[in-house]
Amino acid sequence: MKVTEAVKLLEADVLCGDAGDVEICSACGSDMMSDVLAFVKEQACLLTGLVNPQVIRTAEMMDIKCVIFVRGKKPDEDILSLARAKDIVVLRTGMSMFSACGALYSGGLRGGKPA
Amino acid sequence: MGITLKYNVDGEDFTRAGEASGEIKKTLKKLGFPPETVRNVAIAVYEGEINMVIHADGGEITADLSEDEITVTLADKGPGIPDIDMAMKEGYSTAPENVRALGFGAGMGLPNIKKYSDGMDIESVVGQGTTIKLKFIPK
Ligand SMILES: Nc1ncnc2c1ncn2[C@@H]1O[C@H](COP(=O)(O)OP(=O)(O)OP(=O)(O)O)[C@@H](O)[C@H]1O
Ligand SMILES: [Mg+2]
Repeated sequence: MKVTEAVKLLEADVLCGDAGDVEICSACGSDMMSDVLAFVKEQACLLTGLVNPQVIRTAEMMDIKCVIFVRGKKPDEDILSLARAKDIVVLRTGMSMFSACGALYSGGLRGGKPA
Repeated sequence: MGITLKYNVDGEDFTRAGEASGEIKKTLKKLGFPPETVRNVAIAVYEGEINMVIHADGGEITADLSEDEITVTLADKGPGIPDIDMAMKEGYSTAPENVRALGFGAGMGLPNIKKYSDGMDIESVVGQGTTIKLKFIPK
């Protein structure tokens, strides 16, 4: 799935990066970053309700190219500039974690297996 | 190759935790190590760097790079780990509530480090500090 497709499904805003460039094949939803770090899957996106720079760092280490903040949470400029520096697309949706995961799942995205 | 990288990790600044890991990742990528190796090193070192900041007031990370082996040493002068076997268990964490609110403290860090590395050795003395040595074989 292209990130542009996820933007539609989630009625999301693109806060930084070029959504048209990125393809995602699976998704991981969590507020605990070391749970996310235990999850390896190529070309995943990360959905989270946690808002701090470590979300972007976690994505960086895992080669995650798209981070989606749920429940309308707004990352500050420091977080967005870090994401720009690491070439990570950041979306924001008003949906809850549950609804956002459901929307992506219905759109054909799957969770992938834990490593 | 024989390159050594050294970073000081600031224990006061949670927002900067991960800078050293990010630099190491960038360097490995630039040197042409395989993508899976680069990611394994990045994740393991990042977990170690976060641990230094949340449990040990910072420390020092040294990475020695050669074509057939990468070793990383994470050394801190924090409180030490009283029971290493316990600390290695998935889900075991002494992290306080404020750390959990930052997205850490699931008790997954050390098990993740073990999973992503090809060798892990922990030496820890209570009251003196902890040194973790990691080995990665590029493949
Ligand atoms: N460098 C360290 N100095 C002192 N104690 C440590 C250090 N690293 C880990 N520990 C201890 O070992 C426990 C387990 O570490 P681990 O990284 O697995 O989990 P965590 O850091 O608590 O949570 P998570 O890594 O999931 O965010 C910690 O809660 C802490 O008590
Ligand atoms: Mg940890």
